[in-house]
Amino acid sequence: MTTTTSTTTSYYRFKPWNVGRIIVWGLFALLLIVAPMLFKSSLALTMLSQIGYLIIICLSYNMLLGQGGMLSFGHAVYTGLGSFIAIHAMNLASKGSLPIPLVLIPLVGGVAGMLFAVLLGYVTTKKAGTTFAMITLGIGELVASMALMFPEFFGGEGGITTDRVYGGSFLGITFGPAIQVYYLIAAYCFVCTAAMFAFTGTPLGRILNAVRDNPERVEFIGYNTQRVRYFAFIIAGFFAGIGGGLTAINFEIITAADSVSVIRSGGYLLFTFLGGATFFFGPIIGAVLLVFASVLLSELSKAWLLYLGLVFLFMVMYAPGGVASLIMMNLRLAKFGKLRSLWPSYLGLAGTGLVAVLGAACMVEMTYHLQLNAALGPVMTFLGATLDATALSSWFGSIFVLLTGLGLFELCRRQFLQQWSRIQEEIEHQIKRGEAL
Amino acid sequence: MAQDATYALELRELRKSFGKTEIIRGANLAVNAGERVAIIGPNGAGKSTLFNLISGRFAPTSGEVILNGQRIDGKKPYEINRMGLSRSFQITNIFPNLSVFENLRCGVLWSMGYKYTFLRFLSGLDDANERAKQLMEMIKLEKKRDTLAVNLTYAEQRALEIGITIAGGANVILLDEPTAGMSRSETTRFIHLIKEVTVGRTLLTVEHDMGVVFGLADKIAVVVYGEVIAFDTPDKVRANARVQEAYLGSAVADAQAGGH
Repeated sequence: MTTTTSTTTSYYRFKPWNVGRIIVWGLFALLLIVAPMLFKSSLALTMLSQIGYLIIICLSYNMLLGQGGMLSFGHAVYTGLGSFIAIHAMNLASKGSLPIPLVLIPLVGGVAGMLFAVLLGYVTTKKAGTTFAMITLGIGELVASMALMFPEFFGGEGGITTDRVYGGSFLGITFGPAIQVYYLIAAYCFVCTAAMFAFTGTPLGRILNAVRDNPERVEFIGYNTQRVRYFAFIIAGFFAGIGGGLTAINFEIITAADSVSVIRSGGYLLFTFLGGATFFFGPIIGAVLLVFASVLLSELSKAWLLYLGLVFLFMVMYAPGGVASLIMMNLRLAKFGKLRSLWPSYLGLAGTGLVAVLGAACMVEMTYHLQLNAALGPVMTFLGATLDATALSSWFGSIFVLLTGLGLFELCRRQFLQQWSRIQEEIEHQIKRGEAL
Repeated sequence: MAQDATYALELRELRKSFGKTEIIRGANLAVNAGERVAIIGPNGAGKSTLFNLISGRFAPTSGEVILNGQRIDGKKPYEINRMGLSRSFQITNIFPNLSVFENLRCGVLWSMGYKYTFLRFLSGLDDANERAKQLMEMIKLEKKRDTLAVNLTYAEQRALEIGITIAGGANVILLDEPTAGMSRSETTRFIHLIKEVTVGRTLLTVEHDMGVVFGLADKIAVVVYGEVIAFDTPDKVRANARVQEAYLGSAVADAQAGGH
């Protein structure tokens, strides 16, 4: 029964050189290489570096959320502890008591994240679902409060600082300039992304999907679901730790209040979800959004967290697959040649939506202005318009813009929904006809 | 103890209580290797509970379950599965967001020794892929290779359920109402399929449809109120006075209760 025939054809073996895949990965590598040449400002470089390690962190988080169905509220524990171990390793190395070159420091963070995942994950992964989420939250709080109890290790309020330039230069590389750090991060980003993608094609990776889909059934095909979750958790911890180590190198300072906090864990969850947990590349988009939101949006408005919350709310309600699912849906349309007919609708939705957002944003900004900047007087400028936060006309104007936007948006939406379902039907029809042939 | 090994599956004085209610009250059964056994009985007699006890979903309150001469009562489902017993479920229990092929391959992996491997690619596991392909042909879903299980028809999902169940090469197979909810013609085809894929294996199946029972089973076990009151060939079970009294009587009562 278990004898295997040697007649296995190439039918089930994937082509060893998958051209499409090589192109995608090649483009990804190219993008990582040329990005700092295209965006030369120091702000852009900072953002690119952050995107680099956040991609690793969000992907490692999605190993739990998207691939394993584990809603963790404590991922920052593993990135944060990885950061701390890495920064201590850097300090020891610069004192000369540990012979570790800087290029390997992220791996130190990775091993640390992995070991903490071995330790804490053993408890966490005993359970799945809501219980799992609760335990991760508990452990997150636990570690965050421990950080205050051990200032020798966590550095208290001030955190731990380091200097990443140690051990002299190698071929002129000292890792002093930000650009050199960026390329270190980019290299790790590429390798880790490839490794995590490879994981999705291994037996453990696939059984992890099965555990996500139907844990009970997995028990009846020979697998211990606790083990499956535990192993995945450890691997995710490793990559999270690498991300943490890179964070430490990038900032040269790590504080407990920021890096192991539950808020930080919530950020990873939020943006992994926004990017799209159901597709492998979703968290990459999430990481980019996270940096743009925290760097640019926070510059733009004091109310950025409110906007972020609203965006998250609408995404969960209307596009639970995140940005990645929106992209994939439209790629599917494009494949069937239906995308073109939707452009006017998309423009309509975007235009009217923007009007509504503008109206709402005016009111939000006026409220914030009244609360925070009362001393500066009621007059403020927002996107070039002068608003008087105490004048009824400003408020009525804003409400009028909001309502107009909402009304037109709703009209567009209804028309779009009809068009959408008609196109979906056409595609279904096309597929059925294809099958019948 | 040597004689134990002659039975593929044996239940000895098996009991199970939920709270104060005793559902299984000392069930005894001894199934030879290669036999096809249908378990029949009125609703609520404890047939599914019996399966849950055997497969490790619940631990029995007392008594023994012996698989190929080894005690398995109280063991975890995955341990029992690794020892050579596999089961299907009354309510379709598959991996909805995986393709047909992936569903079957998941069923194969452990028994082929791949376990928790993450240093090899699935695409390179020729033996597992070949076996999954064979299974796909056996359950006649080769055209749906890449269809997500959630998008299959009900009958196809039931077939996939059987496919996952037999995938690991277990020699004792438990099927919990495999034809539930199927039309007559689907059922007939499905019985063929079950016979085909379980050749050489020991099969226990819970079944309500008497046509299916007599078409499929070498032996019939009648479960009434948590006891196996008869276990014999179909002809003898049909002639058994106690079965007629206990089961056919209650079947009439069921029909009447349903009519009101």
